[in-house]
Amino acid sequence: MEIHSPEFKANARIALHDASLQKALGNLRDGFPRKRAIAVSRLPEFEQLRDQARDLKNHILSHLDLYLETFERNCTANGGQVHWAADAEQARQQILDICRSVGAKTVTKGKSMISEEINLNDYLEQHGVQPVETDLGEYILQLRHDHPSHIIAPAIHLNLEDVSDAFHEHHPKYGFTERTEDAAELMAEARTVMRKHFVAADVGITGANFLVAETGSSIIVTNEGNGDLTQTLPKVHIVITSIEKVVPTLEDMSLFLRLLARSATGQEFSVYNTLSTGPRRSTDQDGPEQYHVILLDNGRSDMLGSEFQDMLRCIRCSACMNHCPVYGSVGGHAYGWVYPGPMGSVLTPQLIGVDQAGHLPNASTFCGKCESVCPVRIPLPKLMRHWREREFERHLTPSTVRQGLWGWAAFAKRPTLYRWMSRSANFLLRRLARNGRISKLPLATGWTDWRDMPAPQQGTFMDQWKKRQQSEQQQGGLL
Amino acid sequence: MPAVHTYTPARPKVALFVTCLVDMFRPGVGFAAVKLLEQAGYSVEVPPTQTCCGQPAFNSGDRLTTKDIARQVIDAFEDYPYVVGPSGSCIGMLHHYPELFADEPAWQQRAEKLATRAWELTSFLQDVAQFQGIDAQFDGTVTYHDSCSGLRELGVKQQPRTLLGQVKGLELKEMEESETCCGFGGTFCVKYPDISNRMVSNKTRFIKDSGANTLLGGDLGCLLNMAGKLKREGIDVQVRHVAEVLADACHQPAIGDAEV
Repeated sequence: MEIHSPEFKANARIALHDASLQKALGNLRDGFPRKRAIAVSRLPEFEQLRDQARDLKNHILSHLDLYLETFERNCTANGGQVHWAADAEQARQQILDICRSVGAKTVTKGKSMISEEINLNDYLEQHGVQPVETDLGEYILQLRHDHPSHIIAPAIHLNLEDVSDAFHEHHPKYGFTERTEDAAELMAEARTVMRKHFVAADVGITGANFLVAETGSSIIVTNEGNGDLTQTLPKVHIVITSIEKVVPTLEDMSLFLRLLARSATGQEFSVYNTLSTGPRRSTDQDGPEQYHVILLDNGRSDMLGSEFQDMLRCIRCSACMNHCPVYGSVGGHAYGWVYPGPMGSVLTPQLIGVDQAGHLPNASTFCGKCESVCPVRIPLPKLMRHWREREFERHLTPSTVRQGLWGWAAFAKRPTLYRWMSRSANFLLRRLARNGRISKLPLATGWTDWRDMPAPQQGTFMDQWKKRQQSEQQQGGLL
Repeated sequence: MPAVHTYTPARPKVALFVTCLVDMFRPGVGFAAVKLLEQAGYSVEVPPTQTCCGQPAFNSGDRLTTKDIARQVIDAFEDYPYVVGPSGSCIGMLHHYPELFADEPAWQQRAEKLATRAWELTSFLQDVAQFQGIDAQFDGTVTYHDSCSGLRELGVKQQPRTLLGQVKGLELKEMEESETCCGFGGTFCVKYPDISNRMVSNKTRFIKDSGANTLLGGDLGCLLNMAGKLKREGIDVQVRHVAEVLADACHQPAIGDAEV
């Protein structure tokens, strides 16, 4: 996917004026957060589970090599094949090689953000392999040549009419010539079209929500069942996933599943939780003949031991973006790459460079809502601040901000000068005010273009306090 | 007879962290805080070398300047048993100081000592002073905005509401999403003005829909933002810092209102 993160400001402005997007975002804000709150209120030990999950993830990250090698050993023992990919290019090549080895023409795909991260669809198409997305949201996006704007609800930026338009444009060749805006009819239409693809596919590619070291299994969590058909029907199943997804045991996996569904959609459990453990055995009725797991690093091991390590705890539930007032205002596309919202604002600078993604960690009020709902307690505002520090050190912070900061600091570090500045600003702002407010302030148009600046009361606190102290001392002296 | 503000051993000392915005925009909030702290039995001092908590530098990634300012604040305030400020955001910043000095143990120790003594005004009155003597009348309905830093960094939620419950005549009408950010965010509101505007517009809608005629909060930055937007939209809701109501200091015009 092309990188548009440097244009965050312009993208955000367009998003704010997109009536259809704003309608869709309104639905999101009313939906997921409310459902999560209900689900959390029904599980008294939810907060303790968050602590456990944080601690367990920290343990895993400090022994990541051990658990990944255990996973590889057990997966291989089951007849699976593990491929280590240092970067996106290597992962794409490994997947293409597997597809070519079986002469694949079409591949079905379950929902996978890692496949977005490595830009897999374009690559496969360019090399003569046709990918077909089978998650309904992803399928709609593929028809529209669009990209996900959310990590679990990829088409959240669209409304029903957009889906109708897309189907009406692309489905007549399957016999669906009538345009419908009935959700159930649209679903049935998608299902019929999808069946053909499921049966025809040579390879099925899915992501993995977790990898289980003790059994060598991968698990996908879906609500549509598309992932199951993707990974069981074709001859070859490829799992594309990243190194931080490994957990030690099935027991540990269940802890994360309990947190994941509740944090994501407010469900107690997702509808389909499907484990894959190697290829079809001789006694199995169905399943793929080959089972491959691509373990992608792509910059993640650089985060180990760094101030950003906590980010590797992320289980991709999307609670942070569902609750973020900035995401809720501009949607996911404004962030300009694969991962939006608070988790994206921390992860994206690591994956594409902070020089490209510099806006993202800055576009936050640090309201802290994301951290307060994160199931693995990632201190997202703190990590965004660390990116701001990196930007400041590398002189990537805009010069206006640097100069403003330098000027302000020159006063803030000198109390006497600061008193004078505060007094002068108080005086000047009062001069500019009419009826208790200022409607236009030349150096602060970012403020006054949208709202009035309330005028200060007369005289600074420090000056008035000093006077009060002096007069009390005088009175005290007289008495 | 001793003057009211001189130290007597019976009255424990509190250092007032005025905050830049209260100093420059609304000294009345500072005096309201002084009055409340005195009513609660404390002797208030205002260390004269205080300026700002350093948050603009901290949140812009300028660690060195932040540390310089943090040292200045620690020097000015560390000798007091309590440091109290009418802002969850600035006091929250004081609680961040220890993490700045990870590689300077002596300073870190001083920073930690200061952080344990630093309190947001309403939580100090409620949780430390256990103050029951609010002596104020306010005939009107109010709605309360929970500012982010106070709420999520310091756990300020019930304290202002419990104190407001002691104000005669006051009725509290909660707005929808009182815990959602107003879009101020320090420099955020000028760096990303149109996103900030969307956020504050959502907020003013909730404020208006609450039916309250006064908006209260504990952080002047947020209050200036919301008052400015309410004024621009012509919504007739007065905006005040919670300390003004608790200290019975509402004779002064509300934030953004004309002086008579």
